[in-house]
Amino acid sequence: MLEVSGITQIFGGVTALDNVSFSIAKGNITGVIGPNGAGKTTLFNIITGIYSQTAGTVTLEGKNVSGFPPERLARLAMVRTFQNIELFGGMTVLENVMVGMHTRSSSGLLACALKMPWTISEERRIRDGAMKWLEFTGIVDLADHLAGSLPFGKGRLLEIARALAVEPRIVLMDEPAAGLNSQETLGLAQLIKRIRDLGITVVLVEHDMELVMDICDRIVVLNLGRKLAEGTPREIQESPEVISAYLGDDD
Amino acid sequence: MQFDQILQYTLSGLSTGAIYALIGIGFSIIYNATGIINFAQGEFVMLGGLLTMSCLTVLKLPLWAAIPCAIAVSTLVGILFERLAIRPLRQPTPINLVIITIGGSILLRGLAMLVWGKDTHSVPPFSGDAPIAIGGATILPQHLWILAITLIIIFINKIYFYHTISGKAMRACSYNRRAAGLVGIDVKRMVLFSFIISSAMGAVAGIIVAPLTMTAYDVGVMLGLKGFCAAIIGGMSSGLSTVIGGLILGVLESLGAGLISSGYKDAIAFIILLLILFFRPQGLFGKADSERV
Repeated sequence: MLEVSGITQIFGGVTALDNVSFSIAKGNITGVIGPNGAGKTTLFNIITGIYSQTAGTVTLEGKNVSGFPPERLARLAMVRTFQNIELFGGMTVLENVMVGMHTRSSSGLLACALKMPWTISEERRIRDGAMKWLEFTGIVDLADHLAGSLPFGKGRLLEIARALAVEPRIVLMDEPAAGLNSQETLGLAQLIKRIRDLGITVVLVEHDMELVMDICDRIVVLNLGRKLAEGTPREIQESPEVISAYLGDDD
Repeated sequence: MQFDQILQYTLSGLSTGAIYALIGIGFSIIYNATGIINFAQGEFVMLGGLLTMSCLTVLKLPLWAAIPCAIAVSTLVGILFERLAIRPLRQPTPINLVIITIGGSILLRGLAMLVWGKDTHSVPPFSGDAPIAIGGATILPQHLWILAITLIIIFINKIYFYHTISGKAMRACSYNRRAAGLVGIDVKRMVLFSFIISSAMGAVAGIIVAPLTMTAYDVGVMLGLKGFCAAIIGGMSSGLSTVIGGLILGVLESLGAGLISSGYKDAIAFIILLLILFFRPQGLFGKADSERV
């Protein structure tokens, strides 16, 4: 599904990522974990086209997408969410999700100008689709609220709903549980599993180990810009390298 | 007598104000999509008027054909402007972009002077010039055209931005460009759209005002600044507040010119602009963080 190979990123004199390679299987939930400064977010930013890497390639469904800007990746069915949620604050919750369906809409500016009734019926179709995603994430009752007025936890759900509206085949989530309370985190875990059950591949960077161990099918561990380990949650929990990276060596 | 006068000034102020509002909305649309103040906005107003004049006199088109033709050519100029001057910049800073739009405005004005000369040209009114009496005041049919066309455009604008997916995508860009890119909106294309809409609206403003005020290669300077002023009063909104901003500006200007001295007409606009920038930079109606589309 998604393959990164030999990713290296150098910022000035600092090597943030050093020859990182791994591949993500279709339909899995994969966690990318590691201590602070391990390069997790940098890796995400490279995969999603926000940074361009010094070396290495990103391959999405067999296609080399290195250096593609985010909007092209979204059209290729890869979307991401942010640690600090990024919403369209002045628009309603429903409109935020409708905009997510923009790439699936066929009417451009001219069509809007020339064929009003047709675009309005398309708008209705998009509205219904958007409502479905709001139901899926459990915030349908907030549809008419301004996105900027949502509490953080709901904002995160909205960001996920909007990402899903793009109809992705792969979603990358940057610390989806950051800033959520334990109740909300439980709900999030269920939601992520339901997203996988739709056949969507999920990749997440996360610090909440309980969440990662609970929901991930596979885990990639980064430390100091290198890949330290890769495997199932159980393998990772038992890996001596990972334990020493997190807890320090005994000697 | 006094009341009739005030009514007269208010009515003519409203129609000039409607023009300012159209130009101001053009400023806001581009600003919201790109963060650029497009100082070339006024030149599209000039192009609208002069191109209509040429279509009528050189191509001998009837008015109903000349107007769409002029709008189309002005819009094409807007597209070229975005393609050739705005898009090629790789790491645009606001100051670069502002200077580029000023440069573009000088270029367009210079070209217009070469094509149309320095003379003032007239465009015939859309439907005669028999004055209409309203109370003790009189207005021209063209005033009604201006008000009606402005209303229609604002209405279409509203529908586009709030009830079509493409308009919503454009609003999304103005709220959060990064997130817009992430959900697959091609932000660059939205920037182009914003130039298309604004140049077409500028051209319309130039066309409907030309029969009243005559037109020349340099009308864009003053009309552009007044439109900018309307947009500032409206807090760079492309909705109702800029319309009200334009109307307030038009009426105050007209009252000031009539009751104090016509020499102060332009000064009034700029005094208002300065006062707004000093005391309410977020616009007359805006909260500190106003909705901008």
